[in-house]
Amino acid sequence: MSAITPEIVAQHGLSADEYKLVLEIMGREPNLTELGIFSVMWSEHCSYKSSKKWLKTLPTKAPWVICGPGENAGIIDIGDGLAAVFKMESHNHPSFIEPYQGAATGVGGILRDVFTMGARPVANLNALRFGSPDHPKTRHLVSGVVAGIGGYGNCVGVPTVGGEVNFHSSYNGNILVNAMTVGVARADNIFYSAAAGVGNPVVYVGSKTGRDGIHGATMASAEFNEDSEEKRPTVQVGDPFTEKLLIEACMELMATDAIVAIQDMGAAGLTSSSFEMASKGGMGVELELDKVPMREVGMTPYELMLSESQERMLIVLVPGKEEMAKAIFDKWELDFAVIGTLTDSGRMVLKWHGEVVGDLPIDPLAAASPEYDRPWEPTPALPVLTPADVEEKPWGEALSTLIASPDIASRRWIYQQYDHMVMGDTAQRPGGDAGVVRLHGSNRALAMTTDCTPRYVAADPVEGGKQAVAEAYRNISAVGGLPLAVTDNMNFGNPEKPRIMGQFVGACQGMGEACIALDFPVVSGNVSLYNETAGQPILPTPAIGAVGTIEDVDTMATVAFKGPGESIVVLGGVAGEQGWLGQSLYLRELCGREEGAPPPVTLAVERAAGDFVRAQIRASKITACHDIADGGLLVAVTEMAMAGDYGAMLAIEGPNLHASLFGENQGRYVVTVRESLLPDLLAAARAAGVEAQTIGTTGGFHIFLNGEQGPALADLRAGFEGWLPNYMAAEA
Amino acid sequence: MKAAVIVFPGSNCDRDVAVSLEKSMGQKPLMLWHRTTEVPADLDLIVVPGGFSYGDYLRSGAMAAHSPVMQEVKERAAKGVRVLGICNGFQILTEAGLLPGALMRNRDLKFICRDVHLTVERTDTDFTRGYAKGQVIRVPVAHHDGNYFADDSLLERIEGNGQVAFRYASANGEVSEASNINGSRNNIAGVFNEAGTVLGMMPHPERLADPQLGGIDGKPLFDSLVEALCK
Repeated sequence: MSAITPEIVAQHGLSADEYKLVLEIMGREPNLTELGIFSVMWSEHCSYKSSKKWLKTLPTKAPWVICGPGENAGIIDIGDGLAAVFKMESHNHPSFIEPYQGAATGVGGILRDVFTMGARPVANLNALRFGSPDHPKTRHLVSGVVAGIGGYGNCVGVPTVGGEVNFHSSYNGNILVNAMTVGVARADNIFYSAAAGVGNPVVYVGSKTGRDGIHGATMASAEFNEDSEEKRPTVQVGDPFTEKLLIEACMELMATDAIVAIQDMGAAGLTSSSFEMASKGGMGVELELDKVPMREVGMTPYELMLSESQERMLIVLVPGKEEMAKAIFDKWELDFAVIGTLTDSGRMVLKWHGEVVGDLPIDPLAAASPEYDRPWEPTPALPVLTPADVEEKPWGEALSTLIASPDIASRRWIYQQYDHMVMGDTAQRPGGDAGVVRLHGSNRALAMTTDCTPRYVAADPVEGGKQAVAEAYRNISAVGGLPLAVTDNMNFGNPEKPRIMGQFVGACQGMGEACIALDFPVVSGNVSLYNETAGQPILPTPAIGAVGTIEDVDTMATVAFKGPGESIVVLGGVAGEQGWLGQSLYLRELCGREEGAPPPVTLAVERAAGDFVRAQIRASKITACHDIADGGLLVAVTEMAMAGDYGAMLAIEGPNLHASLFGENQGRYVVTVRESLLPDLLAAARAAGVEAQTIGTTGGFHIFLNGEQGPALADLRAGFEGWLPNYMAAEA
Repeated sequence: MKAAVIVFPGSNCDRDVAVSLEKSMGQKPLMLWHRTTEVPADLDLIVVPGGFSYGDYLRSGAMAAHSPVMQEVKERAAKGVRVLGICNGFQILTEAGLLPGALMRNRDLKFICRDVHLTVERTDTDFTRGYAKGQVIRVPVAHHDGNYFADDSLLERIEGNGQVAFRYASANGEVSEASNINGSRNNIAGVFNEAGTVLGMMPHPERLADPQLGGIDGKPLFDSLVEALCK
């Protein structure tokens, strides 16, 4: 009589074919603990089985890349003997079910991915997507997610310096919570996860193991349905205080020579951490599960292997260093237990009070993890809209509407709930183009941002994928940073549907092209598939997190107008007849249409404009800079005016004014320059092959266009600042 | 001058305030671990920094107030050693009984991180002598539990003794309900003990004491202490 019924196999998310493979690898029927281990190791979340084929096509190399994808986080050389360690990761499914804890543990998990490599986390960012503001759950989810991110990051004491938020009905049943952490390490003191040394002790540190989060990785690899809220018990509970202690204890231990390898226990907990460490090092491992610190009595080996309790790490120590290491964790009042040893058997042997309760081959399991070449179909091209296809509304009213629309309005209500200044190095706070954090004790800084325009990706995955990378490049450049590398967080629907798989393939292609053209390799990432509820997929959302360096933080640019009487210049030009309104926010918010092809990205132009604007900022030739993105030119100018509290007097002529003002043509920036330096700037742009057009002067209390007085700054600001707090305060 | 910063498990502004102190003092302060009971005899200033000591479990600052090092801090404070508590440090000092009143959850129940304006109420103390009387300064807050409470009779006593150090105000110094960010009674952002030797404040002067971070209104507080305590 078989103990493992087809029902049990199905409950573990394994297909019949996959189970056949399990039997082949084991040479016998697995017990429940072993089946559970296969289940999580082969889940989409841990195995990347649908996405691997395409992720491999992304460019991952550059002279400054120290460690590309495959480790806990990506690492780049940032000079002065330092390295930036960063990654973005999704916590979508748990955050929809339990927004506070789901988002909080998302932050905790990504922090651990970074400090496990020897880096002190210096900044957090987050890319959030919520359903339509009209949806009855949206308020509750925004409120819970923001409180959860703040609750965790604020307590841990890492500033949350940037991010992005979109609202769209496609996320009604499946929000996206993507958290990014950036850390800084000494380039010669980086820690990896590959285990080494037969007989070396395997040590468990951090929190005790409880029953929370069992099968979280499997849940994250399935579509949602109406019963999903019953999965609430699989959401983990975070304790940022313990995380803070864990960071300090690990930093202290990392300053010694006691660590051979270290890995956090993330998705699939002890199973994936021990498997990955042994597999990467070509080792075997024997674990005495009864030695694992436990939160409650009566826990089983199955539960211990699959628990996703938070704030835990697995460390392979140099033999003889146990006492010294234990003293550090005792000081920080954290659990420390030797729970196993490395072997040369190539197998994972699990013991429970001396009795073997599991025995699996490591390499065959890891190597045989399924890899699918899923069928895909390209996304059909949409027609290009001309300005004449889009109704022209009075510009002042259009501006007032856009500036107070959900995707453009100020995020102050959100970032005021995040401590964005702790650690004392935040040189540019949220609300600008990129967060800027000084490298502690120096005049250099890191610039960082997260970007993606999902409506573009849905309309054309290739162009949309390019645009996400290009916008990140632009935001880093706009503060004066040199963009160095990206992390990607690929959020898509069900990959078993060829249409969805086609979005994934297209986005990878576009991202790859942009990364190559912009010298902007992918060094880490995360894939979240099956983001569907009741068959409704999300807009494809390849969120890009990017990091760059600023050589002198005193020359950093900000978006705010600095004074009256300065010239306003558009780099990349006023679009005029070529103004691109397809998939624009103007089209959506003013005309109620989500149509057309998205604006194309010309990568050579993007590169030239970025290099030019960065050089001007570094030479202190310009006084403010902002990239042109959602809402187009007039929205960008207005954001700069509101930030600086100086109006603008603009002269932009021509028919189809709406396309010039609100077209979302790519590769452009608005800059201001002192009048005396204007000729130099225009000449330099000409020499660099960058189109530059003077469109007006700063000053006054309104936006003026062609002599016509438009909205007052005070009114625009009221709409811009008011939308989100008013929305959150209103009754559902 | 000799200064020390207390480090609790969960402190997270210990380094930040040490950086500001070093800039004003020209030397690094001592960092004192919460378990220590061996505190140098010649300390002039003890700083209890911001953060989430002991995770702020139970009640903000409640557990830290009973930690071994706090017994020492209380004894030193009784001898007139200057004690500065910032944010969580302020909460700890009230829980330890070194300062009057209590810090409750913010009125709108949310964490608030932003710049605020404060009026400087007194300039005759070692903490504030570097400011001008009635000066309005801009410094950030970052707290969940900054809503200062004292009952009517205590409030009357605090006000009568001139123990209020700072009040939340508008940019032009107007103290009103509109500038009261967290519901504090009488807009109180910081208080002294009766002797003016212990100061607790919710805002973080160490976060705006460097022009690269956007302002230096917090720096005179540290400069004041150095000027007053340098022997």
